[in-house]
Amino acid sequence: MKICRIILLLFLFSLSLNAQHDQAPTEKEAVHSPMTGDEKALVTSEQPVAAHEQGEEHHDFKPDETAFHHISDLNVYSIGPWNFPLPCILYAPSKGWSLFSSGRFHIDNDHHGSGHTAVDGYVLNMGRVMRVNDDAFPQEEIAIDQFEIGESELDGKKTEVHYVIANGVKYPLDKASSADGGLFGGGITSFYDFSITKNVFAMLLVVGLLSYVFIGMARAYKRKPGTAPSGLQKLFEPIILFIQDEVAKPFIGAKYLRFMPLLLAIFFFILALNLFGQIPFFGGANVTGNLGVTMVLALIVFIVVNINGNKHYWEHIIWMPGIPAWVKTLITPIEILGVFIKPVTLMLRLFANITAGHIVIIIFISLIFIFGKAGENPGAAWGSSIASIALALFISAIELLVAFIQAYVFTLLTASYIGSATEEHHHEDAKH
Amino acid sequence: MGGSIVAIGMGLAAIGAGIGVGTIGGKALEAIARQPEAIGDIRANMILTAALVEGAALIAILMAFLVK
Repeated sequence: MKICRIILLLFLFSLSLNAQHDQAPTEKEAVHSPMTGDEKALVTSEQPVAAHEQGEEHHDFKPDETAFHHISDLNVYSIGPWNFPLPCILYAPSKGWSLFSSGRFHIDNDHHGSGHTAVDGYVLNMGRVMRVNDDAFPQEEIAIDQFEIGESELDGKKTEVHYVIANGVKYPLDKASSADGGLFGGGITSFYDFSITKNVFAMLLVVGLLSYVFIGMARAYKRKPGTAPSGLQKLFEPIILFIQDEVAKPFIGAKYLRFMPLLLAIFFFILALNLFGQIPFFGGANVTGNLGVTMVLALIVFIVVNINGNKHYWEHIIWMPGIPAWVKTLITPIEILGVFIKPVTLMLRLFANITAGHIVIIIFISLIFIFGKAGENPGAAWGSSIASIALALFISAIELLVAFIQAYVFTLLTASYIGSATEEHHHEDAKH
Repeated sequence: MGGSIVAIGMGLAAIGAGIGVGTIGGKALEAIARQPEAIGDIRANMILTAALVEGAALIAILMAFLVK
């Protein structure tokens, strides 16, 4: 309780500092996403008041942009201040394939993975590969001066346009085409990005690890059947039995053994990636919080459910027995929609839960920079950092629970959809 | 701070899901208190129903993101 009170006091103290600061007639000043320790130090020590007076341009600190940057997929793997290059596999219909390492962009270690050189007409802006869709832009490796963000209006909607300045000329940038259809930026543009990105790399790593563990365990079961489990078997056997006894058997019924591989694969894949994304200061690959990944998982479930659907399943969708004909005309469209809504909610649930958790943690950390006005007000930053860290830790603990619950819920709902599709019709005369 | 009607919609979606999940959780606890030996079945069904309720709220919140 004492600690809580101290934290609350410090929090209020930081607020009061903040309020005092508001009275001073200054404008907001900030740098781009100040999230790493180095940048924070840089901000607090060097933020020049003089620069402000000279009218130098500064970006406001935007917590939402910082959050979206940190949950998005990148073409570099950043751990702390270090950026590790990843292979880029890019295709532009107008010029064909380009294959190179993102190290060729000469990523700097101070600014969140923006490259210093352009390669083949591609540049690295905030960790993402973007293309200059302009024939006048030199296609060989050239040095670039800086990136700029502007706005353009399209169909009454304001969209952000990134520009690169090279050789004193400003070129607009095309974002990568994205499978989410531009929900979080992107959409269909002049090139396709098939790169081994941060998420793909993390997924391959986790899948490799899972395969190693499970193949080793399967061998152990084969080598000495009937003996007590040892080592990792002790950890995984109860979980596998839990999925079998609490999820598969009650929801699918007699034919559960056929679907166990799918259920276990889905459960451990989602669980491992959820937990991998939770490791702090380790790149924060947000794989299960990516709409593309959850879309493919839901698509697999959709295909499995509808391939295994029996006569009764389709009968209940297309012509529900036991109700008047005029009600059937109402029910049938809803049931047909339901076939598609089920996997869509599976997709959205996992995506939204994991993404929301990551965003909340980042926003709590961002509170430091919001109260500190990105370096103008170090006292408020120090004060609020204690509350921020406590809140972020609390949310992290909840997210650990959510990682398990979401993997469980996805498996449970998959089992229940499969169960409803394969159920035998054992109550002929019962009214529906 | 971009105040818009979308924010109200997101809040309403959250309220709806909150009421729904709260009711499910409360009733499940009541059921467990009445019949502690059925805890396994009740828990599984509780999470299943809560997930379905949450689904509606998630669609609403995603729509709010889309029309923003």
